[in-house]
Amino acid sequence: MPPRIRIIAILICIFLVAYVFELVRRKHLNEEYSMGWLVTGSLMLILSISEDLLIWVSDLVGATLFTSTLFFSGMVFLMIICLHFSIRISALTNQVRTLTQHLGILDYEKKTLENVVAKHSLDKNPSALDTL
Amino acid sequence: MNKLYREKHSNTLLAESEAVESSPEETESSSAVTPSLIGFPNTLIVIPAFNEEKNIGRVLEGIRRCAPEIPVLVVNDGSRDATARVSREHGAKVISLPFNSGYGVTLQTGFIFALKNGYTTVLQMDADGQHDPRYIVDMLQEIQHEYLDVVIGSRFLENTEYKTTFLKRMGMFIFGNLASIFCGQKVSDPTSGFQALKGKAIQFVAGEYYPPDYPDADFIIMLHRYGFKTREIPVTMLPSPDNKSMHTGHKTVYYVFKMFLSIVVTLLRQKPKG
Repeated sequence: MPPRIRIIAILICIFLVAYVFELVRRKHLNEEYSMGWLVTGSLMLILSISEDLLIWVSDLVGATLFTSTLFFSGMVFLMIICLHFSIRISALTNQVRTLTQHLGILDYEKKTLENVVAKHSLDKNPSALDTL
Repeated sequence: MNKLYREKHSNTLLAESEAVESSPEETESSSAVTPSLIGFPNTLIVIPAFNEEKNIGRVLEGIRRCAPEIPVLVVNDGSRDATARVSREHGAKVISLPFNSGYGVTLQTGFIFALKNGYTTVLQMDADGQHDPRYIVDMLQEIQHEYLDVVIGSRFLENTEYKTTFLKRMGMFIFGNLASIFCGQKVSDPTSGFQALKGKAIQFVAGEYYPPDYPDADFIIMLHRYGFKTREIPVTMLPSPDNKSMHTGHKTVYYVFKMFLSIVVTLLRQKPKG
């Protein structure tokens, strides 16, 4: 693999891993979501550093260019991360849906209760009408 | 003041239970409603509504004329118009969702409410005035049969005057036939939103397997797979005043895709036991 692309790949991976750590440290990224990125970044870093491993993987997948191996594995990792996101988004959508429904029902119950309470206090104390 | 008394006659369960131990005039107001409830006790009409201020009043009046004793719940799907206010003025209970969430979610909200409040029969109908309230009593009488869980008002059992676009007819034909095959009984109108459900079927709709966007043929197949007994009865539809469809443009493509996928995964899911 040409040294230039190798150095660029290594730098990008180091930056990615460091940046994800920093995001977690600042609480901008949850640990749960950091894992995919850290695993991707680290594995890509290892692939970029170790020439032997890259050759072995290239042989395994039948890639003629070492750079294609890097691209290929990067894409696979990204696909996994995206799928994971879709799953999480689905779960979140369902949770939002349930919350919406219960919020609507609770709001209705609250208003009904308020009306009942207001009516009762009005029955007992007609002068409360002025405060309404 | 106005707000205070607006829901006085909305006949909530809460008001009913309150009435047992409260002042005489309150008991009076709820007992005026109770005697006629004997026909269809614990029944709730659920109407999902999105921007229907023009039609909802007429629909609610129709219901009041044909089935005055049955409480009506309008679930307002984040409408930007006065749907909620108009419904409340016509004596319906109104649950407003904080934002637009789609037909299935809105409908399901009504079922969750019904389950929470001990209703054992739910009749769902559309807010656009297509469903003729004269059939409410027919549907509710039909659902009283012990062996039935779901009654569906079908446009196509008797007369076929109902006019619609070619694409829509095609979709109804394909999915209706698919549903008929998998259910082992004729499903002539899988898209009908005019349905009555009781008992466990209400729990099912309120549960997690209910298709949240547009329950359709997949829902009918699901019902069948879960062992619910359904029957269609003929109803005539009134022409919809503004004739808006839930499925337009690119949504049609998604609808067809979603329906096929949903039917396939429904069939792939293990048949639940018991």
